[in-house]
Amino acid sequence: MLEVKIQSQDFDAGLELTRLRQQSARSGAIASFIGAMRDLNDGDTISEMLLEHYPEMTEKAILSILKQAEQRWPITGITVIHRIGRLLPNEQIVFVGVAAAHRGEAFQACEFVMDYLKTQAPFWKKEITDKGERWVDSRASDAQAAARW
Amino acid sequence: MIKVLFFAKIREVLGTEGLEFDYDENYATIEDIRDEVCKEEGEVFEEVLCATNVIVSRNHKVADLATPIEDGDEIAFYPPVSGG
Repeated sequence: MLEVKIQSQDFDAGLELTRLRQQSARSGAIASFIGAMRDLNDGDTISEMLLEHYPEMTEKAILSILKQAEQRWPITGITVIHRIGRLLPNEQIVFVGVAAAHRGEAFQACEFVMDYLKTQAPFWKKEITDKGERWVDSRASDAQAAARW
Repeated sequence: MIKVLFFAKIREVLGTEGLEFDYDENYATIEDIRDEVCKEEGEVFEEVLCATNVIVSRNHKVADLATPIEDGDEIAFYPPVSGG
């Protein structure tokens, strides 16, 4: 089962992992990633972050990534949760959980989904720093990470 | 009707979330739409929308300037993404 949730509220990663495992008795491995907000970026203290997205497109773009992952590896389930709106340091931003028969494909698919999400899903971060507001630029290293797949 | 949307820094600099205008058979591609928007809205739009790192989408799928358009389309212009 492929599941995508875009939400402003926080999530319970433990609960999501349990759900993912319980979806199929064929799942022998569950790999996950959680992205969290840092209070420091490019040498500046970040007090909060605003996450904007393109509502009509976001879910479709992520689902398309999950379908690609499903074609590459024998996946039994993937859950992606991405938060939007105002976030504070140390809060969770994104969750990716992948269930598969074995750990190799679960690890790889999890990394693939995250690399693609970083470069293709229409989200934009704005940081509030002690020097003012600024939009976060996309990173060349993210594009390189996605290109290796 | 063609709906044009702007996101993130582009929305902020242009000072609008988007605009709508009547479809015209002379609009063949996204580039035609962009040129029309720039002609109607002026220099700032031209500067922002013609920058090299602007991503375009048509009906919620990433496209390019040569992508053909039809009446009823939703075209978006946005900066490179930075989620996750």
